[in-house]
Amino acid sequence: MYSDSKDINRTTNIEIDLILEGIFNKYGYDFRNYSKAHVKRRLLNRLTTSKLNSISELQHKVLHEPGFFEIILRDLSINVTEMFRDPSFYLALRNEVIPILKTYPFFKVWHAGCSTGEEVYSFAVVLKEEGIYDRAQIYATDFNHDVLDIAKKGIFPIDRIKEYTYNYQASGGKQSFSDYYMANYDSVIYDQSLKKNLVFAEHNLVTDSVFAEVNLIICRNVLIYFNKDLQNRVIDLFHDSLINGGFLGLGSKETLQFTTKANSFEIINNEEKVYKKKIIKK
Amino acid sequence: MSYKAIVIGASAGGFFALKKLITALPSDFSIPILIVQHISPTSDSYMAKHLNKLSGLTVKEADEKEIIKPGHVYIAPPNYHILIEEDCTISLSTSEKKNYSRPSIDILFETATFAYGEELIGIVLTGANNDGSSGLLSIKNSGGYCIVQDPDEAEVDTMPLAAIKTSNPQKILTIEGIAKLLIKINNASKKQNKIKKKKKDIN
Repeated sequence: MYSDSKDINRTTNIEIDLILEGIFNKYGYDFRNYSKAHVKRRLLNRLTTSKLNSISELQHKVLHEPGFFEIILRDLSINVTEMFRDPSFYLALRNEVIPILKTYPFFKVWHAGCSTGEEVYSFAVVLKEEGIYDRAQIYATDFNHDVLDIAKKGIFPIDRIKEYTYNYQASGGKQSFSDYYMANYDSVIYDQSLKKNLVFAEHNLVTDSVFAEVNLIICRNVLIYFNKDLQNRVIDLFHDSLINGGFLGLGSKETLQFTTKANSFEIINNEEKVYKKKIIKK
Repeated sequence: MSYKAIVIGASAGGFFALKKLITALPSDFSIPILIVQHISPTSDSYMAKHLNKLSGLTVKEADEKEIIKPGHVYIAPPNYHILIEEDCTISLSTSEKKNYSRPSIDILFETATFAYGEELIGIVLTGANNDGSSGLLSIKNSGGYCIVQDPDEAEVDTMPLAAIKTSNPQKILTIEGIAKLLIKINNASKKQNKIKKKKKDIN
């Protein structure tokens, strides 16, 4: 009986490799180097909710129904985020990165894998309070156009505003958080002037390349869904996108330590995972 | 039967139950242990540090893509799910809460089942919800060994009762009983490994 469950698992793994290959060939989205455990869990959940019997059936549906592919795309991307998520990270940026950005007449920031944009607006607030928002060009990218549409609007549900207010204060916020939004029924609309220097665009970290030279990259809780090879590829991409002495901020459990570029960055804040690209002497 | 990993889920009252269980294991206990304890998302890694001081084993917070090693106890970090990859490394995830929880016991148990199959031991301890029940059932269905803390002993019996009802575990034991059983299983698999090694050497 139990050798059966082993065999079923083996077959499921083969089917997963095939569906990912199919999705890549048909739609161009490459999940082949994502964390296998993550992909498998999300696909098996979709299998249950769609009342299908096997990943092969799921594959048939995905390849023949572009609408169904959109659902799988959402399943495979994680869009859990919040305003000033991990407030201590923003405090570290305020204390250790902002003073350097202030020395530039003009600088660029890239939020990679920005999801619905909460963290983009959070950092825009920081830039505003530090008086350097007008000198910034901010790019916010994600591979999922649905989440970008939400991000562009800058309208979010009101139910988490209490938590966000706490986060804002803990992140070193200098004013009242309510200065930055207007409540309207069950939504809040963020101060539209925060959008002035913001560009939202589709970009896929797995398949796309460098598009700008930037001073700061913020990419939090994205790398954890990738396998080692893909993590290395993306760190290389970040390295190539940063100016000499540019900064990289990762999620609290993500580290450059075991990547191929570990020696190309210096650690600015180990707890908050803030790194600085070493200056390459020519 | 030899086992490659032990997964443990605990919620309300779990800290003391885990402390009792982990400190009862000898320092040569080799089967790796992976733990989800429900905890506030903003708490620090106090639990891993504290247990590490008290135990002869290496107790640590699970790191992203960390290789699972014998003699180690891994605890899910606050606000992250832990998933076991089939190459026996740990992945972290910030995906949606499951059973109102992140970390979720079910997610650890289900992914560990894929990685270890029948060579897995799953344990559900005290708690006030039913996280872990469906995960324990998947361990049972794959031929793994399921243990639930005796509801009479558990500080909160909801989680053990739910797990017993859903998965009909092989054993329902007190913490002391669980520790004794794990030590027995560990010693047995050590012997088995020795025999296997001897056979290999002869060949």
